[in-house]
Parts: sequence; structure tokens; C-alpha cells
Amino acid sequence: MIRWLLGPIGLCLAAAQALAADPVTIGVGYLGVAGTRSTLSLVEQPAENDGVAGAKLAIEDNNTTGKFLGQRFTLEEHRIKEGEDPVQAASALAEHNGFIVADLPADALLKVADALRDRGTLLFNAGAIDERLREADCRANVIHTAPTRAMLADALGQYLVWKKWTRWLLVVGSHDEDKLYADALRRAATRFGAKIVQERTFEDTGGARRTDSGVTLIQRQMPVFTQQAPAYDVLVAADESEVFAAYLPYRTWDARLVAGSAGLVPRSWDAAQDQWGATQMQNRFMKLNARRMSALDMQAWTAVRMIGEATSRTNSGDVRKVTDFIKGPNFEVAAFKGTRLTLRDWNLQLRQPILLVDGRMVVSVSPQEGFLHQVSELDTLGYDRPESKCKLK
Amino acid sequence: MQAEMRMRMLRVGVLAGLVLAAAPAHAFIAYVSNEKSNTVSVIDTDSWTVTKTIKVGQRPRGIEFTRDGKFVMVAVGDDDTIQVIDAKTQGVVDTLPSGPDPELFTQDAAGKTLYVANENDNTVTVIDLEKRARLGDIQVGVEPEGMTISPDGKTLINTSETTNMAHFIDTSSRQIVANVLVDARPRFACYKHDASELWVSSEIGGTVSIVDPGKHEVIGKVTFDIPGLRKEAIQPVGIGMTKDDKTAFVALGPANRIAVVDTATRKVAKYLLVGQRVWHMAFTPDEKYLLTTNGVSNDISVIDVAAQKVIKTIQVGELPWGITIAP
Repeated sequence: MIRWLLGPIGLCLAAAQALAADPVTIGVGYLGVAGTRSTLSLVEQPAENDGVAGAKLAIEDNNTTGKFLGQRFTLEEHRIKEGEDPVQAASALAEHNGFIVADLPADALLKVADALRDRGTLLFNAGAIDERLREADCRANVIHTAPTRAMLADALGQYLVWKKWTRWLLVVGSHDEDKLYADALRRAATRFGAKIVQERTFEDTGGARRTDSGVTLIQRQMPVFTQQAPAYDVLVAADESEVFAAYLPYRTWDARLVAGSAGLVPRSWDAAQDQWGATQMQNRFMKLNARRMSALDMQAWTAVRMIGEATSRTNSGDVRKVTDFIKGPNFEVAAFKGTRLTLRDWNLQLRQPILLVDGRMVVSVSPQEGFLHQVSELDTLGYDRPESKCKLK
Repeated sequence: MQAEMRMRMLRVGVLAGLVLAAAPAHAFIAYVSNEKSNTVSVIDTDSWTVTKTIKVGQRPRGIEFTRDGKFVMVAVGDDDTIQVIDAKTQGVVDTLPSGPDPELFTQDAAGKTLYVANENDNTVTVIDLEKRARLGDIQVGVEPEGMTISPDGKTLINTSETTNMAHFIDTSSRQIVANVLVDARPRFACYKHDASELWVSSEIGGTVSIVDPGKHEVIGKVTFDIPGLRKEAIQPVGIGMTKDDKTAFVALGPANRIAVVDTATRKVAKYLLVGQRVWHMAFTPDEKYLLTTNGVSNDISVIDVAAQKVIKTIQVGELPWGITIAP
């Protein structure tokens, strides 16, 4: 009798052990570009592992959950070197990874997306903020955890308008991405009722970002550059190329605040963010990577957590099943931003609040109070469904 | 003469009636942790006033009376410890050896063992309350938070916020025996008194999952729908279950409301407007009143349980979070 009873119990134990011993492996690839960009501020210089460090933490988080479900997550990183073909690199990663988190320029990302389409690999764009990737050039196999330029500009615009700083002096850099950011800022001004009183272009004449006698010269140049402006409340700078914006605060001719690419900056994440349980996340990141967490780290963390969320909800590591769940109506992910994050089903952009930061503190979080929307207030940031040119394919 | 007597008796009778109506049968003492002020407010439920403000460590959140009613334990997360307040002197008298960043905790029925969720290192710490010594740790999911113990004391429940699970832990072996997946960011767990159901609130998911504790399965969900309010603003946290298990009160965070849920139908019967960002709650022992902590408006709402009405608001410190009432 006792043996008869023990039999099934033994079986159960064996089954449980088999589950624990033989977990489903879920491979995640990380594809970035070798080298880091140069910033004006030394403290804002990105770390070598910017982005992938966030993915690494999310893999750990997923594995903590995965051990209860018999799922194991792995991370394989590849950095594309100068002259290397991104499609080849991505195809090699896709050999063992059904999911790839990418931090690539727009053109490279599109090539990779098209090359991997038939293979069924799901891509997460964690780095590129270009509007066109979610509009005319959108792809059905690319999910965007990075916010767009318009989302960032709208987040800033809402706050400036809420503050009643509605007269903007717009200073634009001379590179293409600076001009794209300026477009987004102009759109935000029009949408929320601000006025651009004047526009100026700051030409990039080349030169080093760091010099031994730098400050003396800058202190003379910046006031001159900003003098004789019409009456304005705030100087809004569009300088993604890191040529001049960081030089503007405290140096404008008139005593005015700076926002945009310096001063008050819109970002998906910041090392100072400590609301909604974020402190635990910041501590975990610091413990693992011995540095603070950047916006790119967060965008990569969110991508890998989205995969983990979907694998635990579907109890499956099957790429197709997981992809369908992520794109489906019941998907949501928590990312320490005080609200659930969901996907815009028309272009696969992750809806998210945007932080406004000054380098030390989180000053505010947009969407601002009073900017209403019939579906989600998060859709007051960026291009909305009726405006979208995206046809997912 | 007789008429005068009658008058006097009448007067006494009226007076007695007045006194009875005005004063509750018992006055209770509530302790409220103020997350931002680093204080604990003491509230007298007779006068509904703050009678004392006690200075505690940094970021006080989880707060609970010991079973004997002699002490109040408060988790001060940023000081990585739990402080002990003497209910008689109303001052901090001791600390308990919790792990890093304690947030919520629960104790067994005898009041001998304390289980603490340590958000920072994915563990639950077990503490011997008599010896005030740490007995060990249990590894759980990412960001453990909600803690409760089954009425028979055999099962400890911990919810982990980023893993999105309720972990069922055998209190004798201290091993996880089951994990139940619930909606995003589970924050609080609460058994029915008859142990037939476990209720788990999901802050980001916006639901309360009802779990069968025997089968370890989600058997139902309470959903919330408030006209004119965005779904994202409905973020369930604290749960209060009446002793007859017929009614559950659920705090909905930034929705600024307490949902009154009929546990038989699992439907919301009523929404009570309280202060801003309502977190947690506690019943008075006679269950006449339910007190809720309203984080953003810095006050406590008093709900008349039978009438299901908010009858009073009491200002406390900044960002009130947890609440406990003397047994």
C-alpha cells in the first residue's frame, strides 16, 4: 500500500527534476556598433558597454523568473566593426538567437530587418530614434523600445507649455540628425501652442571637443552667438551631434534657460530616476555593471524584459508564439515608469512616459497633466494612429 | 414631584443616549508610516487626531504590531533595518536584523517568527522575534514585496514585482513549493480568513488575481473600471478582507479610490473616493472602521465599514504609506 502510494509521488518528483534539469533555452542576441560617440561633457561619455549592460541585467532578471518556469536566457553580443557587413553579422547572430536587440543606425537596421524577415527572427530597435523607422520605413519584424524624436520633442514641448514658457529661440546644429530633431521641435511647438520667435544655425566648423584652454574661448563665443535675439522665454537647442548645446547653459546673452539637447533634456531613462520602485532597479544595475544606468541601457533592458514577459506568459520559448503574444492585445510590460507600457499596434512602437532631466534630477515626467487622449495619454507623445504612414509588412 | 422625577430620568436617559452615540465602544490606536517625513504618526480613533509623531529611520514603509500588541515594527528601507517602537512609551527601542531594503513583512500566528521581503537582493529573510536574531534567507523572484502567511501558518506567500509571481513557501522546510504567475507588478497578498482563496493585487496589471491555494492556480480575477478614468491610473495595491470574508476593500493607488468588492461575485459593488494615491489600509479590531493611507495628499481616510462611506480625513506626515492598528 505504501509502495503503491509512493509510486506516483516518485513520478512527480522525477518529472519536476527533469523540468529543472532540462530548461528551455531562449537565445537573445545583441547587435551594436563598435566604438563610442564623443560627447562635449566628459561625464556624459557613454561607457563601452552602453546598452548591452542593460540587456545583461534583464537576462539576469529573466533568469531569476525563468528558474521557476524552466526557462534559461542567454545573451550573445556582437559589435560591428568599421567596414563589416551588418547583414552578415546579424545572420550569424540569428543562427542561435531567435531574438536580436539592435542598436544600429536606421539604414543598417532596415537592411538587417529585411534580411532576417523570412527567418522569423524578431528584432528590437533599442537605439535608433528616427521617425521614419516607425513611419514610411516601418517593418513588421521590428519592435521599437527606443522613443522617437517626436516623442522626445513632444515630452519637452508639453512641459515648456505647461510652464508657460511659450516663446522659444531655436538653435539648430548643421548635421542631418540635428535638423531632424529641429523638425520634431517645430512640430511640438505647433501642436502645443508655443512660438518659435527665431531660428539660428550653429555651424559645425570641426575641431576638438576637448582642449586644454577650452572654457575661456567658449565663454566669449556663446554670449555673442546668442545676442540680439527677439524676446524669448527659453532657448531650445537641437544638437544631437554634440557640437555646441552643452556650452549654452549659463552663457546665453540674456539670462535664459536652455532645453532640448542641453539643460532640460527629454530622455527615456536617467540615472537619477528613483520613482515607482526604480531604486531597486538602479541598485541592481550598479551592482552588476559598476556604473550608472543610461537611457540606452534602459531601452535594451526593456527589450529583453519584453521577451521574458512574453515567454513567461506563454510558457514557451517558441519565437513565433512569443512574437504573436508581444504583438497581441494583451501584452504589457512594467518598466519602472509608473504605468504599464504597451505597443502601438499600428507601428510596433512602445508607448512610454518620457523623463525630463537636468543631469542631476528628474525634473518632470511627460505626458503632462491636462494633455488628454481618447485611447492613452501616452499617445499625446509622438505621431498618433491617424497621422501614421506605417503599413506593417 | 413625580413629574419632576420623570423629567430628570428623561434627561438622564437622553444624556446617556447622547454619550453612547458620540463615543465608539473602544478607542484604538493606529500607527502610520510616513515614507517621506521619516516619521510614524500615532492616531487616536476616539478623537480621530494625531496624538504623537515619532521620529524613525529613513524611508519607513511596512508597519505592523507584534501579536501581543506591545510593540510596533516598522521597516526603514534606506537604513536596511526594521525598527521596534514600544507602544507604551511610543519611542524606538530596538532594531531587527533584516536584509537590505526591507519593505513589507509578516509574522506567524504565535508572533514568534518574522518574514521580511528584501527588495534589493531577491530574498526573504527569516527572523526569530524573541531572540531578535536572523535565522536565514529564502531566495525568491526579482523584487520581493507582498508578504502574508496562511491562516494555518504552514504556507508563507511572497510576491515578486518583476518576476510577476506569488511564491508559495513551506514555512517548516523554507522551500518554495509552488509559483503562480499573476499580472504585472504584484504588490500585496491577502488570504481569506477561511483560507479558501488568496488574493494578489497587480499594480501595473491593474487587477486582483484570486488564487486557489490548494491547486496553486488563478481561478478568477477582479477587474476595475471607473468611468472617466484611464485604465493606466487604476493601480491596485493594498487589500483588506472583512472577517466574514464577504467583502474585500482594494486600494487603487492613483485612481484615488477604494473598490468595495463582493467576494462571492468578484465584482466591484462600489468605489469610495478617498485621498490621492491610496496605498494600504487597516481595520479597527471591531471592524467598524477602515483607515486608508493616501500617499500624495498626505492624509488618512476613515471609512465607515457598514455604511461603506468615507466619514473623515486626518492629516498626517508626508507620503503616508503603511498603517497598523493595536489589536
